[in-house]
Amino acid sequence: MNNVLVYCELSEKNTIADISLELCTKGRQLATRLGCRLQAAVLGSRVKAAAESLYPYGVDDVFVADDPRLSPYRTLPHFDVLSKLIRKEQPQIVLFGASSVGRDLAPRIASSLRCGLTADCTQLEIGPHDDPKTGKHYEDVLMQIRPAFGGNIIATIVCPETRPQMATVREGVMKKELFDPAHKGAIIPVAVEASLDAADKAVQILSREIEEQKIDIKGAQIIVAGGYGMGSRENFQLLHQFARLIGASVGATRAAVDAGFTEAERQIGQTGVTVRPKLYIACGISGAVQHRAGMEQSAKIISINTDPEAPINAIADYTIVGDVMTVIPQFMACYKNNLK
Amino acid sequence: MAKQVPDTHNVGADAMNPDGTVNRAALPVVFNPEDLKALEMALRVKDQMPDAKVTVVTMGPPRAAEIVKDARNRGADDGVVLSDMRFAGADTLATSYAISQLVKQLGKVDLIFGGRQAIDGDTAQVGPQVAEKLDIPQVTYAEELLAVTPREITIRRRLEHGTECVKAQLPALVTVTSAAADCRFPNAHRMLRLAKDEVRMVNADSIDADMDRLGLKGSPTKVKKIENVVLAHKESVVLEPTEAALNALSATLIQEHIL
Repeated sequence: MNNVLVYCELSEKNTIADISLELCTKGRQLATRLGCRLQAAVLGSRVKAAAESLYPYGVDDVFVADDPRLSPYRTLPHFDVLSKLIRKEQPQIVLFGASSVGRDLAPRIASSLRCGLTADCTQLEIGPHDDPKTGKHYEDVLMQIRPAFGGNIIATIVCPETRPQMATVREGVMKKELFDPAHKGAIIPVAVEASLDAADKAVQILSREIEEQKIDIKGAQIIVAGGYGMGSRENFQLLHQFARLIGASVGATRAAVDAGFTEAERQIGQTGVTVRPKLYIACGISGAVQHRAGMEQSAKIISINTDPEAPINAIADYTIVGDVMTVIPQFMACYKNNLK
Repeated sequence: MAKQVPDTHNVGADAMNPDGTVNRAALPVVFNPEDLKALEMALRVKDQMPDAKVTVVTMGPPRAAEIVKDARNRGADDGVVLSDMRFAGADTLATSYAISQLVKQLGKVDLIFGGRQAIDGDTAQVGPQVAEKLDIPQVTYAEELLAVTPREITIRRRLEHGTECVKAQLPALVTVTSAAADCRFPNAHRMLRLAKDEVRMVNADSIDADMDRLGLKGSPTKVKKIENVVLAHKESVVLEPTEAALNALSATLIQEHIL
């Protein structure tokens, strides 16, 4: 009762998805702060190994529902099992990935339980809350922090009166970290009732086409990212040369992707991926809030821009004022010289 | 299901009220883009089954009637605006409750289409929540209508890294993404013919609702705090693109084991 629960998604290989491991890391912090248990729910088929892989992330109990009807994910079977589990266990907090699965399932669960749900949180904290209208004081409420209104404002949302408090978080926003390799948890089997039959029939999957993920910049240590200021798809090739030289991955802003300079998988920002490399080189990027949201936690930032007043420069460690098409080749030459 | 939304690309300083709700009066409005895609998918069902009737429902201030008129001009048969000060401050839970109560008043509904999410909130919650309240299956992230019969619908939907084709029994609710087909244009003949037709307005009294589940009162999520985005200024070293400066920078980065 009153624990922190993470709904865990499975990858195509039947392992726990990265987003869910990130949520377990965050969930561990919240559970420690609240002095309660961290629990996870794994719903799928043949998922014992996946469930046990959660222990080093600090998960104390894993609720496991193992049934072929739960894989691949479909809304109603997962809804049926998870909503019953939450009603029985009454966690105080439930976290979901803001993925195509989490954003499908979490709102239906929240509607059924008549509790609050905040989408796409970028920070989760525990703190007190005073209701300005009723004057009522609440301890240890989940602060659900998210950008709103096209990134123009940051809102803190609370659900003081209803339980559980539910939030979704996008992949890459929270950090995935091992808690303790020796941490021991336990599996608690969840009986999947025959009632699943009704939920099973309503929607059938006829076929699935999984695309091999060709481009993955999430884990890159160094990123060379281009914005609209790169000017063209041809100029973007220079970034690839630069990236090859210094062992980096190529990222992009939404404007560059929309202009057709490069692939959508490279998009960094609120509607793309969130990255935190040790070095981020922003080339021809002005630095809209939505883009900065996806890269401002980079350890070091270099901005190359003709505009000395570009907003990105405010968060850059180094700003090089100049045209990317001349500065990058110059920098590449200097780098090669220094390696010798 | 459609929503008239503030155009978030043009947000002014007066866009938010002191209580953290949106000051809708201060913003230009548009037909939520994914709801237009949803309308097109509904009209394609009607193309295949001419007996089908397409009704647009929306919740908002009286001027939300504009999108119902727009939808009619594009091919919808009629529409209803759910408008009442008692809905003010509704979060997605209270909104989905009000809309589901309205849908129950409309008689037999086989298919409900809506945009995946609205550009002013990006939550993507109302669709699945209406489906739950009506106890019908949901198909989210729809990209293409593949087939429809009076008993079931086949949809191609987007996953994280791929797509899947699903067949759902009716009644069902479908949420549509921006990858779906664009909506057809308003038809000049329809515009002329329908110009004087009033849009039906409905308030909280006519949807058989529990008043405690509407508006701010029926909303478990509360806005605690709103902050404007402030840029944390770092000490930025500004370099001119000279060979000496770039040389020094690359040497420093190599020395610090960053490069």
